[in-house]
Amino acid sequence: MTFEIPKETNAGQVVEVKLGATSEQGGTRSHIITIGGSNTLPFHFFEGRHSNHPIVAMEVFDKLPAKYPEPLLEYYRDVIDSPGDMAKMCVDEYGAEMISVRLEGTHPEKGNKSAEEATDVVKQVLESVRVPLIITGHSHFEKINEVMKKVCEVTAGENCLINYVETDNYKTITAACIAYNHTVVAQTPIDVNLAKQLNILLTDMNFPREKIMMDPLTGTLGYGLEYTYSIMERIRIDGLAGDQMLAFPMLVNPGYETFGVKEARALEQDYPGWGNLEERGIYWETATAMSLLAAGAELLIMYHPKAVETVKKKIVEIYELGQGE
Amino acid sequence: MTLSGLDIFKLLPKTNCGDCGVPTCMAFAMKLAQKKAELSACPHASEEAKATLGAASEPPIRLVKIGGANALEVGNETVMFRHEKTFVHPTGIAVELRTSDGQAKNLEKIRDVENLTVERVGEALHSDLFFITQDSDNPEDFVHTVEATKQNSRKGIILNCGDNKALEKGLQLLKDDRPAIFLKSRLSEEVIELAKAHEASLILTAQSFEDLGAQSNAAKEAGINNLILNLNSENLGYQMQNNAILRRSALKQSFKSFGHPLFSYTKGENSHGILAHASMQICKYGSIIVLPEYDKAMLYTLFTLRQNIYTDPQKPIQVEPKIYPIGEPTPESPVFVTTNFSLTYFMVSGEIENSGISAHLVITDCEGQSVLTAWAAGKFVGEKIAKFIKDIKLEEQVKTRKIVIPGLVSQISGDLEENLPGWEVIVGCQEASDIPSFVKNVQLT
Repeated sequence: MTFEIPKETNAGQVVEVKLGATSEQGGTRSHIITIGGSNTLPFHFFEGRHSNHPIVAMEVFDKLPAKYPEPLLEYYRDVIDSPGDMAKMCVDEYGAEMISVRLEGTHPEKGNKSAEEATDVVKQVLESVRVPLIITGHSHFEKINEVMKKVCEVTAGENCLINYVETDNYKTITAACIAYNHTVVAQTPIDVNLAKQLNILLTDMNFPREKIMMDPLTGTLGYGLEYTYSIMERIRIDGLAGDQMLAFPMLVNPGYETFGVKEARALEQDYPGWGNLEERGIYWETATAMSLLAAGAELLIMYHPKAVETVKKKIVEIYELGQGE
Repeated sequence: MTLSGLDIFKLLPKTNCGDCGVPTCMAFAMKLAQKKAELSACPHASEEAKATLGAASEPPIRLVKIGGANALEVGNETVMFRHEKTFVHPTGIAVELRTSDGQAKNLEKIRDVENLTVERVGEALHSDLFFITQDSDNPEDFVHTVEATKQNSRKGIILNCGDNKALEKGLQLLKDDRPAIFLKSRLSEEVIELAKAHEASLILTAQSFEDLGAQSNAAKEAGINNLILNLNSENLGYQMQNNAILRRSALKQSFKSFGHPLFSYTKGENSHGILAHASMQICKYGSIIVLPEYDKAMLYTLFTLRQNIYTDPQKPIQVEPKIYPIGEPTPESPVFVTTNFSLTYFMVSGEIENSGISAHLVITDCEGQSVLTAWAAGKFVGEKIAKFIKDIKLEEQVKTRKIVIPGLVSQISGDLEENLPGWEVIVGCQEASDIPSFVKNVQLT
């Protein structure tokens, strides 16, 4: 029997985005990370190219998150209040390829920390690890604009990934990213057209295309994953088909979303059919991450060391060992 | 492959006898091409016409059933991406029983798997199959395990046994149960005969596309069409590529040899690796996956993923309309109301929980639409909400006479108060994520 593999090629490709800066580029990172560059669907090595493999980042906090579950705290108890030390642990012991610093504590209703306190946290992390950083904010426009402006300024030259801007609040932060040469995440709520529109707004400000990533908004497993999944597939298919305004690499948050839901916190004694709590959390985050990889995610911010270990192994298996027979 | 009216006309008797109910063969051919008639209406159709037209009207991926009364159905898929239409038959999840584990352990496993049903958004989720592997020295162990499974479970069974005598005994035990035979090595004459005699499906294993196609064709020539394909690879990246290629060949090129459901035995360095592997197979075209162990947390995770991926994108998942207790509410606790779109329910109930208060959450029937959509469609308006609240006798269950509505539909507050005499309507926040701060700043009862 003869069989010819049916191949489909694409006119477009995903924009290649570089994160971080070494001393040569005016930063202090040990290396830069390149994301994107694919001209085919996830895993389709038989008909295209993935220039770079997906990246797994881990997250540290300016304030212990309200919903942080006990099984996770076991790993980080000694360092959770010290973002620099926690970042170092994530990189050295758990293999984080990037660190996200989540500044939720600056939200007026979640601690109302000052912009100065936020920049202190970011500086601590910059000093303790050498990987490129993601700076993750929140949706209180006034406060996050003030915080991000300051953070962009003190990290000038580091090419951080500033996470995120949204349609109703993008100008201030994007301008700060232009002024201090950072990369930005454009976040929109699970909708292809809204995603496209925000990217147009950003490029209309003359923000460089190769400095944009998209966050389609992650719904974790059981909480809207199927919406995120299909929106990502549609964005990627359109981007590869040549729609320049949808051809950006995608960032997702399996960690933050998973460890906020009941399945990551409820005890087995209360839900016997759900099985062991710690394993359930690891499985939940891993399944979310794997399915989002299948849908086209290029950068995943994750929480559980064992989920990180598993997903990183699978990325190596798929992207480094599995590149065609 | 689709045939034109003219292609079909050439295959017909061209006698214009009218026995099919249509005056001419040409007209009948046109109806067949438009799928408005069936060839069985023509009593004079030749065998050749039946074969050709039959093949053209077959679904691109064959439907295969495993099991007796509650048989698992897999296959019949028509799209590459769920957003194009929907995925139809959810991945069948099998748990493996190995004879080397001994009868006692396997019996316990069978009972555990059989008893595990978890409810999620109104659906009862469970596994579908047992995969019985002969890996001990005595082939009789296999027969005993099949027997124990049949006695203690109604799930379908896949037989994985290198000893054809034991396999035959197993098949005899599963008369009327539509079992499947898993082939570790290439298809043999002997297995073809066994499958035919016992009406079993075959799971073919191959290392290359060519070999898989050759075995698939050989089985079909021998009269076995209920085939499932296992293109073996240790590497998850190759597996994903293979699945995409097989699915695409079947759907877009009508490549009949590959027009069958896909099988995968999940492997990994530990349980987390197995879960990762299984997750990928559920997302990308795996129709049957086998898990080596019974692990509740893993099964619940995979059930949920399967439910998500196989949900029809046109039909939102709904939760049952009723009063949901959040935390431990008393009659004095506040009352919130929203629609029965599953995501809305999850977000709102989760955020009320996060706020630390206990409350009654009234979920009204909006056919699974979100707040704004349901309002626009006239399903989440004062009159309807008031009627629902009266129907469920909310007033008998709570002491408060204040009710919080979603901030997005503030415009219905007057209407709702009019329809619900004695109640005060509080306009809540627009985003669920703001509930924790909202409940701190507003007097809710």
